[in-house]
This record gives sequence, C-alpha cells and structure tokens, in this order.
Amino acid sequence: MTDILETRKLTKNFVKKLDLAAKIAGHLGANVTEETVYAVDKADIRLVKGEVLGLVGESGCGKTTVGRMVAGILPATSGKIIYKGKNTQSLTGAVLKDYQLSVQMIFQNPFASLNPRMRVETIVGEAARVHGLISSSEFSGYVDDMLLQVGLDPDFKRRFPHQFSGGQRQRLGIARALAVKPELLVCDEAIAALDVSIQAQILNLFMDLKDSLDLTYLFISHDLSVVEHISDRVAIMYLGRVVETARTEALFSGPNHPYAQALLAEIPRLDQRNRRFYTIKGEIPSPLNPPSGCHFHPRCPSATARCRSEVPLLKQVGEDHFSACHLND
Amino acid sequence: MNTVQPALAVDRLRTHFFTKAGTVKAVDDVSFSVNSGEVLGIVGESGSGKSVTGFSILGLLDPPGEIVTGSIKFQGEELVGAGARRMRSLRGNRIAMIFQDPMMTLNPVLRIDTQMKETIKAHRNLSDRESYEESLKALDLVGIPSPPERLKNYPHQMSGGMRQRIAIAIAFLNKPDVIIADEPTTALDVTIQSQIIHEAQMLCEKTGTALIWITHDLSVIAGLADRICVMYAGRIVETGLTNEIIDRPQHPYTQGLIGSVPSHNKRGKRLFQIPGMTPSLLNLPRGCAFKSRCNYADQVCGKAPEITSVGEGRYIRCHHPAPERVAG
Repeated sequence: MTDILETRKLTKNFVKKLDLAAKIAGHLGANVTEETVYAVDKADIRLVKGEVLGLVGESGCGKTTVGRMVAGILPATSGKIIYKGKNTQSLTGAVLKDYQLSVQMIFQNPFASLNPRMRVETIVGEAARVHGLISSSEFSGYVDDMLLQVGLDPDFKRRFPHQFSGGQRQRLGIARALAVKPELLVCDEAIAALDVSIQAQILNLFMDLKDSLDLTYLFISHDLSVVEHISDRVAIMYLGRVVETARTEALFSGPNHPYAQALLAEIPRLDQRNRRFYTIKGEIPSPLNPPSGCHFHPRCPSATARCRSEVPLLKQVGEDHFSACHLND
Repeated sequence: MNTVQPALAVDRLRTHFFTKAGTVKAVDDVSFSVNSGEVLGIVGESGSGKSVTGFSILGLLDPPGEIVTGSIKFQGEELVGAGARRMRSLRGNRIAMIFQDPMMTLNPVLRIDTQMKETIKAHRNLSDRESYEESLKALDLVGIPSPPERLKNYPHQMSGGMRQRIAIAIAFLNKPDVIIADEPTTALDVTIQSQIIHEAQMLCEKTGTALIWITHDLSVIAGLADRICVMYAGRIVETGLTNEIIDRPQHPYTQGLIGSVPSHNKRGKRLFQIPGMTPSLLNLPRGCAFKSRCNYADQVCGKAPEITSVGEGRYIRCHHPAPERVAG
C-alpha cells in the first residue's frame, strides 16, 4: 500500500478582479472590494496505488477544482500536491513532464472535450507522438491498439467526433487519456452525461481498464450509487472542505459526519417503494461568503456554539475512517 | 376501479415529425391512463419519446411535429383537435407541466410575483391582493424561506433548486387535476432532488392531483410511482405496477435497465450491460426496435410485437417475455 498521490492543505481561491469602473468608484470612496470564492479549503486527500477514490459532494462543493488541481490543469493557491513522494510544485524538466503525463483527466461532457475539427486518430495519437512515446511509423498501429482497448473499431479512426454517439465519444476521451500511458486518471463526472444503459458500459470499461493497466482513479461524481459501486474509498466534500473519508463499506454502512448521514439517506434506491422523501433543511451556502466555523452548522440538527466558531479538523474515528465534526470529541 | 373515470387517458397516440430527412416516429402507438391522486412514472432513455408524449398532451408540439392518430382524453374530454382557446384555458390551469429546465417556465425579465399573479389571474377572477396571497401560500408550500422577499426577486437571483421549486409552485397554483413533470430533478443534486420530490408528493396527496413523472432514473421512480410505463424508441414496451416492473420485469429491455443500475449490483462487480446503443428514430430496424440489442431475438422479432396483456393492468410488447429471466 503505497500512496501514489497526496494533497496537503490544498487550497484554491478564485478572486474576481475589480473592473475599471469599480476601481474608479473605489478611488472615489465607494465601498467596493474584490470578491473571493473559496472553492477548495485545505483539502487533504490520499490516493493509494491501484485503488479508486470516489470524491463526492453537491455542485459547488469544489470537487471538480480538486480534480483539476491534481491533474495539473489549475495551479493551487496554497498547499501541496505530493506525487510519488515529491512535491509537484518543485518539479522541473523531465520529471515534471513525467508527472504531467502520468496524471490524465477524463471530462464530463464528451461533446465539448473533443476538438470537432480533428480526426479521431489525431485526437487519440497526437499527444503520444509529440511527447516521443511513439515514433511516426508506429503511429497508426498505436492508435488502433488504443481504440481497441476502449472497445472502438479501429476503422473509425479517420472519422470526426460528430460522427459518434455520446458513449462512443466518452470512449474516445478515455482512449486519448490512455494514449500517454498514465498511472492516475481523474474522472470528472465521466458518466454523468450518458444514458443509463451506456453508463453501465462505460463503468464496466473503467473497471476492466483498471485491472488490465493497473490504474488508479480519482473518481469525481455526484451520483452516490455509482461511487458506491466503483470506489474502494470515498471522500465527501462540503463547501470546499473534505468532511469525511473512509473505506466505501464503512462509510455507506456507518457515516459519521451529519452531512454524510443526511446525504447518504437521500440516495434513491430500487428496493425502496412508496418511500417518503425527506429533506436537509436549507440550501448550500454561497462559497463567496461561507459560514464561520463548521460550514455545515446552519443546516446541522445538532450544531453547538463551538460549531459556529471553530473549524473542525479531520480526526480519526475508526480504521482508515476520518471525519471532521466536533460531535466526535 | 373501472367505473372511475381516469384524470387523463391517452389512447394509441402517434406523434410524428415530418422532417426533410424522413418521418421521425417520436411517439408510436402509446396508450396509458392516470387516475386522480396517482403517480405514473414514464421511464426511458434519451430519444425514447417520453418528453414528446408530454408535449403532445399539452398541445405544445411545434411543426414539423404533429399528432397523427390517437386520442388524449382529459376527464373524458377529447384534447386532440381541441381549439387553441380551449387548450389555453386548460394549460396551466387544469393541466400543468414542470420542465427539466425551470427557465422554460420562468421569464428572466419578470419578477416572480408578476409571473405568479399572472398565472392565477389568467384563469381565475381574483383581485391583485388575493392572487398575491395565493402566491405567498404556494411558495410557503414548496418550502421557500421568506416568501415575501423572494416574490420580489428575479429568477437569476435564485439557485437552480430554488427556481425549480418556484416552477413547481407555479404548476400547483391553480390546483390542476394533472401535472406532467418532465425530468424535473435531473439537473439537481440529490439533496435538492429529495426536497423537490418531497414537495410534489405532499402536494399530490393533499390536492388529489394526478402526477405523471417522466424520468430516466429508475431508482427515483421506484420510490415514487404507483405504476410505471417503460418506453423504448417511441413505444411503450412494458407497463404495470411499480413492484411488478421493478421486481419481476418481463421485457428484455426493462430487465437490462434494472440490471444496469449500480445499486442493484454487487459492489465492484461488473455491471450488467445492454449491448449497443439506442437506434436512430429515423431508421428504426424493421420489427421490434430492440431486437439488435436483445439476447433473445430470433426470426419472430422481425415482425413488430403488439402490446399484449399479461395480467391485471400489466402489458408487455415482446415476442419472448419471460418472468423467470433475471438480468445480471
């Protein structure tokens, strides 16, 4: 059990810069300030080689931002990403390239993530050729192999993305990611845009590839039943913070954090009939202006004075089970 | 049961789109009915014709779409061929629709109170004061905090979940007899989804409204609907009570759909998967539309199966229905 990737106090703030009019107004004495979105706040996650970590939360909780920082698409505001024991911010040259290639991302919308003007063979094979993984003479055969690997017919390689269905395009996105021989795949809502019967096909593909290529996944999703199915461990985020992480069985059988408990209770299941749907009171607060202390306290049924003032830290509550809640003390 | 007139009865409805590329049979021979206080789930993937069914009922089809044959009876009154005036007096009044995107319902440049009062005054002879009071009550009912302030807001000042709740409040304003909800929670998070379903459930129970819930999500519909229709490529392939459909599906497509739901499978095991993909409605295969993806297809399936009764209120469109086959 070696960690392939770890984040330490990973933080991302998005600052909306003042435009000219606002700056002038500021000079004239108007009360204008830059707006900061606290997208991710000191998130600690850990990925063990060969496992699937499910990252779940509602929209706006920062799970995609974490994924993008891990994949190196977004720079972090502060905090560290440790990849195979090395801090990625201090990498340079060949080592940096190595890290960038070995962490690849699969996007939610297969209609937006493929260049509509490129042929399939270019989409899939270009990165591998540019980075010198294959020579030009190997190109054609390599693309064939990649397409076969994701269950597509190599005869399709001269086609354009618009000639494919949603499920096939998602397979193309996967082939493109696999073409540079990654070790870690960040799947950001990778099956959310697909039909139910196609979702099952792609989920199966993910599991087959993981076994045959020894991959590690950071599987980001809002669909809890999908995450429960595919993940070995799960991290739950709420408003930029990781509130609970545990092994999947432990989390789904005994969630510790009040938010995790409420969230898991809401999962619609096939075996429940004529059920009463219940609600967590209130809405997710804006990350522009998050509540003090524990972010969940305005909606929490058992919040105390301490929850309003002090930020809870992740503490161990069981074997490989961490939760950020004051009620555990 | 049979003596009760259904709130809405659709019989052999065919809605086709006459495009340059050919005729798209979006809805092809669809029949169902829903009684007061009942929740009917219509399940299907994209392109199965479930939304067009909803649009047909409300008379919201745009050319080249057209109802070719069939009847839609609302409390015994025929809606196919009804005049624009009559449809306008029913729509939003006796039959209401909730769309997937609440901005289909809401006008972005009008305040919420304007839109809600408008909906009331279009159908009922109420004063401004009275319709304001009703709007307040409706917002309170769907669980929106501080309704008086929210009524003064514009749609863009609210979150997606809140907008959808406003859309639901508007649908329920005139206490309609039938509500058609077209994927109302698909774009929303689980916690918001629960809230929305919770409101819809409570309102239907209180007012006796018949609810048609169109979705692709079997897990949601299992907990909500009394009866389920499964649609595939414009046709209903199986219909019956929720327990029957979920526990004892007989059509290979329904079996495949249920088998591929993650929570139905062992964790980490391969999911049951339906091979191939939904055929284009422009050139459907001859005979059964599902045959190219079906493990049980044979020569007989070259002829389109008719919908047949296999029990009380249970219909299936398949040459090889088998209750004992269990997918996965």
